Amino acid sequence: MRTFTTLSGPAAPLPMINVDTDQIIPKQYLTAITRAGLGKGLFHDFRYDMEDRERPDFVLNREPWNEACILIAGENFGCGSSREHAPWALEDFGIRCVIAPGFADIFFNNCVKNGILLIALPEDNVNTLMADAENPQACRMRVDLEAQTIMRASGETVGFEIEPFRKHRLLEGLDDIGITMARAAEIDAFEARQKAAQPWLYGADIPDSAG
Amino acid sequence: MSGPKTLFDKIWESHVVAENDDGTTLLYIDKHLIHEVTSWTGFERMAEDGRGVRRPDATLGVPDHSIPTRNRAAGVAGIGDPLGRGQVEALIANCERFGVPLIPLTDLRQGIVHIIGPEQGLTLPGATLVCGDSHTATHGAFGCLAFGIGSSEVEHVLATQTLSQKRPRNMRIAVAGDLPPGVAAKDMILAVIGVIGTAGGTGHVVEYAGAAIRALSMEGRMTVCNMTIEGGARAGLVAPDETTFAYLKGRPMAPAGDHWDRAVAHWRTLASDEGAAYDKEATIEAADIAPQITWGTSPEDVIPVTGRTPDPAAAPDEKRREAISQALDYMALAPDAPIEGVAVDRVFIGSCTNGRIEDLRAAAAVARGRRVPDGVGAMVVPGSGLVKRQAEEEGLDRIFVEAGFEWRDAGCSMCIAMNDDKLAPGERCASTSNRNFKGRQGRGGRTHLVSPAMAAAAAVSGRFVDVREMLS
Repeated sequence: MRTFTTLSGPAAPLPMINVDTDQIIPKQYLTAITRAGLGKGLFHDFRYDMEDRERPDFVLNREPWNEACILIAGENFGCGSSREHAPWALEDFGIRCVIAPGFADIFFNNCVKNGILLIALPEDNVNTLMADAENPQACRMRVDLEAQTIMRASGETVGFEIEPFRKHRLLEGLDDIGITMARAAEIDAFEARQKAAQPWLYGADIPDSAG
Repeated sequence: MSGPKTLFDKIWESHVVAENDDGTTLLYIDKHLIHEVTSWTGFERMAEDGRGVRRPDATLGVPDHSIPTRNRAAGVAGIGDPLGRGQVEALIANCERFGVPLIPLTDLRQGIVHIIGPEQGLTLPGATLVCGDSHTATHGAFGCLAFGIGSSEVEHVLATQTLSQKRPRNMRIAVAGDLPPGVAAKDMILAVIGVIGTAGGTGHVVEYAGAAIRALSMEGRMTVCNMTIEGGARAGLVAPDETTFAYLKGRPMAPAGDHWDRAVAHWRTLASDEGAAYDKEATIEAADIAPQITWGTSPEDVIPVTGRTPDPAAAPDEKRREAISQALDYMALAPDAPIEGVAVDRVFIGSCTNGRIEDLRAAAAVARGRRVPDGVGAMVVPGSGLVKRQAEEEGLDRIFVEAGFEWRDAGCSMCIAMNDDKLAPGERCASTSNRNFKGRQGRGGRTHLVSPAMAAAAAVSGRFVDVREMLS
């Protein structure tokens, strides 16, 4: 996984609440068996009209936000479907940090696994950054994960909180499976205990075809 | 931790493999369901890394998301979209390569992953169950801690049979009293979401309690738990009881013989202890719930069928005002207007929310002897091949077909519209599915979430009506 240390660039404003993962990447992108190119489908229905032409008024189709690496969004961002295509599409577009008052749980976990930093801030702070993002002269920001700060174009900084485990994983770009594999003995021991107590949880093969 | 425990506390604590240094818990996963859309990347990376599936016996695959609901005899070759077909082929090849059991497309038991888990007796009380799909919450109806995960987590479970998770908080939602006639489990959960909002359960596991929940069948409990994710919580739970045990007994993958008695004895210890503490609680009176219908583009945009659409001018703040205006505009509805009487173009009865036998019976009871008017397209998609067979044994298919409904094969169908079943731009649909997001059932499509009885009533009336008036 890519590490996340600092990130500088334009922040795009998306002042909407309850943006679900169907809006982030719609179903027609879910049948692929490759992740490459998902950035093209990011916010598909906002970005393209019914004839698949770019909507010139949508923020990610305009300079300087077409090169945004940060997104400022509304409450409950990423709700709905568990599709990991949502963080994949954000990353493929170039967005590696989303700032909002709150995020949905499954999307939150999926972002940690893909080196995307989600920052939850009080509504007032989000509103300040949203106003900055809407101004092409003020939309550039710098996020520093180690220092837990967002530097605005004005030079002022906004601090943020993050759980130690998430900070550590992002900074180090850790491979979760490798870490867990190192605990194989503990998993073996758990299984031995559970199998003795609840043997019905083991070896339940599905019966042969019924039709 | 001692003292009284919740159902969630008991399941969580009995699955802790280790506490990680960073404050997360390494949690053991008993059951893992996989489907075509979210499993390929995990298998691909496991192959690259030379890893295998740790517990094929705890894993079960089934294609459901992008499969056609017609011409099932053609099998995989019958999937028109080459990309969707490629994904199903990848699932079959991966299950074979990694030794994971798979229910193929042509098997009678094939169906939506969340319908077949309970149907086969794979879903068990006190267990942990995951699937790369947010509606995994469905299985919580059995007192099984079940939640949706992303593709990276699917890979983690395949390789290690565990997940590193931050412990969620406890939330209790009680539905007191008795549900009135004509009001279903779907109305109950929509009403709950209307009260708590789509982010009301974020960070929590919801335990549903109260007399109205106890009185529900397993099918009804599954409907309630299924939409827990629409209230922001990843998992919903109902304590297992005699209803649960009666449903599970004799199912193909459920414990049998001596194991059955031992299992039931264990399951009886799972209910929350007297005096157990919750971080958040809400109570709703069942008697206050009317048939529900969503008017907007978020499941929290819900009103009783007797209600009116909201007026943006009355919204508490600018963001909410904007959201209401946009939703009404997308749905082509006037503000502060009755929802009853709004004409529908399409009706969809099915999905992991409402694709079980009881749902089809409720819809058929309304459709019986009535007729879908010209210009309205109505379809029924059973949740599994077994549900379909049972419905046909009960004659429900005849009732639907005679009333002018299409009778299809099992799958996710127009709940996610990854196959050919989708709305055209501007079409309005009464749907028993779970999400009314913009474009969910087809770009530009307008989805209203309702119960199976309400959907059938809309189908035969050509517009939204109060189903209670048709049941006398």
